[in-house]
Amino acid sequence: MNLADISLAVLYTLVFPGFLFTAVVGLFLTWVDRKVTAVIQSRMGPPWFQPFADIGKLLSKRMIIPRGVRTVGFIGAPLLSVAGATLASVIVFLALFDPTVGFMGDLIVLVYLSMMPAIALIIGGASSRSPFGAIGASREMSMVLAYEVGFLLAVVTVIMQTGSIRFAEILAYQAQNGAVLWSLSGFIAAAVMILCMQAKLGFLPFDISEADTELIGGPLAEYSGVGLALFKLSRAMMFFFLPVFVVLIFTGAPQLNLLSILGFLVKLLMVLVLLILIKITHARLRLDQALRFFWTKVGLAGLVAVAFALLGL
Amino acid sequence: MSNTIDNALNWCFKKSVWVYHVNAGGCNGCDIEILDALTPYYDVERFGIKLVHTPRHADALLVAGPVTRQVRERVLRIYEATPDPKLVVGVGSCAMGGGIWHNSYATLGGLGNVLPVAIYIPGCPPRPEAILYGVAQALGLVPQQVKKQEYLEVT
Repeated sequence: MNLADISLAVLYTLVFPGFLFTAVVGLFLTWVDRKVTAVIQSRMGPPWFQPFADIGKLLSKRMIIPRGVRTVGFIGAPLLSVAGATLASVIVFLALFDPTVGFMGDLIVLVYLSMMPAIALIIGGASSRSPFGAIGASREMSMVLAYEVGFLLAVVTVIMQTGSIRFAEILAYQAQNGAVLWSLSGFIAAAVMILCMQAKLGFLPFDISEADTELIGGPLAEYSGVGLALFKLSRAMMFFFLPVFVVLIFTGAPQLNLLSILGFLVKLLMVLVLLILIKITHARLRLDQALRFFWTKVGLAGLVAVAFALLGL
Repeated sequence: MSNTIDNALNWCFKKSVWVYHVNAGGCNGCDIEILDALTPYYDVERFGIKLVHTPRHADALLVAGPVTRQVRERVLRIYEATPDPKLVVGVGSCAMGGGIWHNSYATLGGLGNVLPVAIYIPGCPPRPEAILYGVAQALGLVPQQVKKQEYLEVT
């Protein structure tokens, strides 16, 4: 590996498909989320720069490190969260923009990396010495164990249909043989994936670990200033790359013409609006209800999708 | 360069104020009006104002009530738990000078005796519009309409 390769890798990670690009677009999509919510509640909603002003303000504030916290975990968790989101978004967007860069098994790596923000929340909450943080961390842990099952089963369905664990090959397969979504197993897997994504993004009805009105933010309760800004930023990045990931693995990448790119953007917007609509029309579930929902209904649907994929449907 | 960054961060602070709502021994009238001001009808989100549930996330504390002796310690702890820079807004007559409890043995006679207050919002209770106007004035979003006047007692 020479210097040019290394600097290109750094550029990929920090600027273009990585941190800066994903963060800016993700924050913008957070505004879309808040605006759609406002319109449905018949209010005006925030101006377009609102998420950027929020992050700027949080960065300008002093970060309080409460007495008695585990300093390494408390400071390291937000960094881990942003690092995981950045690397995952690099893999997603490189598969989209430059399919030659990927490696065998990058889909599996991506699944693990997209779990990092949740793990960072658990670490941060558990090291914050706050009872709210501890409860939030334990709830997040139960939720991760529940929703990752459905998420993995949906990914496995796609892998079985396309016969590859390499992101670029999955996209190439769909460019030739049509989208996975239009098969029976693909459709069930996509529905499972949307529900699991709702939980991964910490949206209602599955925002059980943060639960503003009962756990005052859960793992985030003791975070202020930069730490909180980094958690919000990684959440915004996930709100961008996870929908892109879903659109890519279920319907393939866009071709290099205007119509196809527009179609891709419309699909992305549809996934986003679906997530937002589920979020604002549901109330928060209890932990046991959510666990039962994911372990039985969603898990079963995932297994059915895998079985159909085995039968070649 | 550093001046530009300071200006940008100041602008961010003015456009994004997260408020935390503290009851310092009030009668609940001001609390209800504060909650009214945060309903979709007034839509404070368009000014970037948001209710948060922990002082660690807050930029402004909306404090209502005459500050009783019991609650003084807690109000101070909430103030210390709020990261700098922060604003304290006194909501209602009681926070201004104790209201009808101004000479009670059980209160400290207003928020000004406990915390550095940026702005007081008069009223018993103040209307939701007045609360929004007061917060906007504390941030410098709308011009000040009344000048501060001081009087000396002639002995």
